[in-house]
Amino acid sequence: MRSFSLRRHADELFRQTAQAITILISLAVGFIGLFVLRESLPFLKQMDIGDVFFDSAWFPLEKRFGMAGMLVATVLVSLGATLIAAPLGLASAVFMTFFARRGGIFFMKTLLALMAGTPSVVFGLWGLSVLVPLLGETYPPGASVLTAIIVLSLMLLPTVALTSYTALKSLPNALHQASHALGLSRVRHVCSVAIPGARTGILSGLILSLARALGETMAVLMVAGNVPALPTSLFDPARVLTANIALEMGYATGTHRASLFASGLLIVSLVLGISLMAGKTGKGSQL
Amino acid sequence: MDRSFRAVIWSLNTLVVIIFSILLLDIFWKGLSGINFDFLIHAPENAGRNGGIGPIIASTLLLLCVAVVTTLPLGTACAVWMTDYSKNKSSLAHWTSISLNALAGVPSIVFGLFGNAFFSSFLGLGFSILSGGLTLACMALPLYIQTTAKGLEAVGQDLRKQGAALGMTRLTITWRILLPAAKPAIIGGILLATGRALAETAALVFTSGYSDRWPKSFTDGGRSLSLHIYDVSMNIAGGDQVAYASALTLMTLIVIINAGTIWISESFFKP
Repeated sequence: MRSFSLRRHADELFRQTAQAITILISLAVGFIGLFVLRESLPFLKQMDIGDVFFDSAWFPLEKRFGMAGMLVATVLVSLGATLIAAPLGLASAVFMTFFARRGGIFFMKTLLALMAGTPSVVFGLWGLSVLVPLLGETYPPGASVLTAIIVLSLMLLPTVALTSYTALKSLPNALHQASHALGLSRVRHVCSVAIPGARTGILSGLILSLARALGETMAVLMVAGNVPALPTSLFDPARVLTANIALEMGYATGTHRASLFASGLLIVSLVLGISLMAGKTGKGSQL
Repeated sequence: MDRSFRAVIWSLNTLVVIIFSILLLDIFWKGLSGINFDFLIHAPENAGRNGGIGPIIASTLLLLCVAVVTTLPLGTACAVWMTDYSKNKSSLAHWTSISLNALAGVPSIVFGLFGNAFFSSFLGLGFSILSGGLTLACMALPLYIQTTAKGLEAVGQDLRKQGAALGMTRLTITWRILLPAAKPAIIGGILLATGRALAETAALVFTSGYSDRWPKSFTDGGRSLSLHIYDVSMNIAGGDQVAYASALTLMTLIVIINAGTIWISESFFKP
């Protein structure tokens, strides 16, 4: 009987340990948020909200923390990249669902998976050594908002294509048959039946891509030119908030360091807010 | 109408294929000319312009090692608890899955900020492979737990009931039956997490540091392959060749790992 109770004991011990680990892990995201908040407090206590959001003078060493230029650049680059990735990704998904044969689907899936797994520094390296000189010939200096948009859109494209493909693929067969029976042309079927039917899946993929674009650091850092001023055209160099953190964390101290943590907090709340939206749309009416 | 629609879709898709092919071929050709055995085992010289990437590869492997050794026990325990020990609709299981989803969405630069403030400064680990690896573990946990939990769920209820009927304790059932049955999912989860960690850069800049010397211990700083690519291409004039060769090395590692993941998940989920 003794060994039996010992085994029971081990069983209970394991249950408790596993539960403790689960509690720990479930608290991790809150802990990360609180810790980043703690580090940004020295800045949050003394910042002027108007200056931070509406002034683009970023001179942290002179205690001027205007983030407006970088905020505009962040939004411009992420929205631009999502807007370019959306039609191209959707076209690839439509191609795979309605036009490609088996070999074509396999080829596209492999290519998209390969690109989805490619590290952002590799995209950045390509942008830096191919795209920047290319655009620099016509629109110097080459490293600009536009270059960042192009490189980032290529990074988002595989995700957009694959999520849209999954959404289109999971439409019930009856829908295709009904269109067929009604004698709809292919273009009508795709544009008026299939894409609207799969819109929740497609949309949540797009929103998730936007969230990823907002949080992306390395690829944008390598090709955007990193001037922390308000960009006035697509060909101006610009610095996004994430790149600002990566560039200045190395030497920042005091309030300056705290301001970088605060901008991190801003990004993470933006990204999580947007992901939450995607979760909501994903749970909405699915055909 | 149908014909022009077809033409539009075909040409857009062809554009996608062409751009991606150009990118991949560019990395492949420019990288290939720089890779040889000496490059892979020698230390960088002249700030990375010459020499090889031996210490960088070593640091990368040590970083992955720390991340996997941390993720494996914690993640497995969490996944087992979620699938087998939590009561139906328990609020902890519910909150854990919400929290894991949120964790998976946190941008990597924010993990870098956290890792710098917590592991490097607060715990005093400094710029070291240990703090970099632990930061990577935080990022890898959600992915690993989700994959492993899926694998454990795929093990049928029959096996659990048969184990219970034989008078096994739940720990024995978990250790002798469930985990062995879910082994492919666990390996797949580890590979998936490793691939993600290999691609990571922003979280490592301020946790594992820039040191390009041979790492002597886990408390030494060490530069990952991805960080090396960033550094030599951005900060070192004339470092492009080395950056391309390192990029090809990194891509090759990731492709091997991803191919392994696909192979395992297909042999497991579609028997």
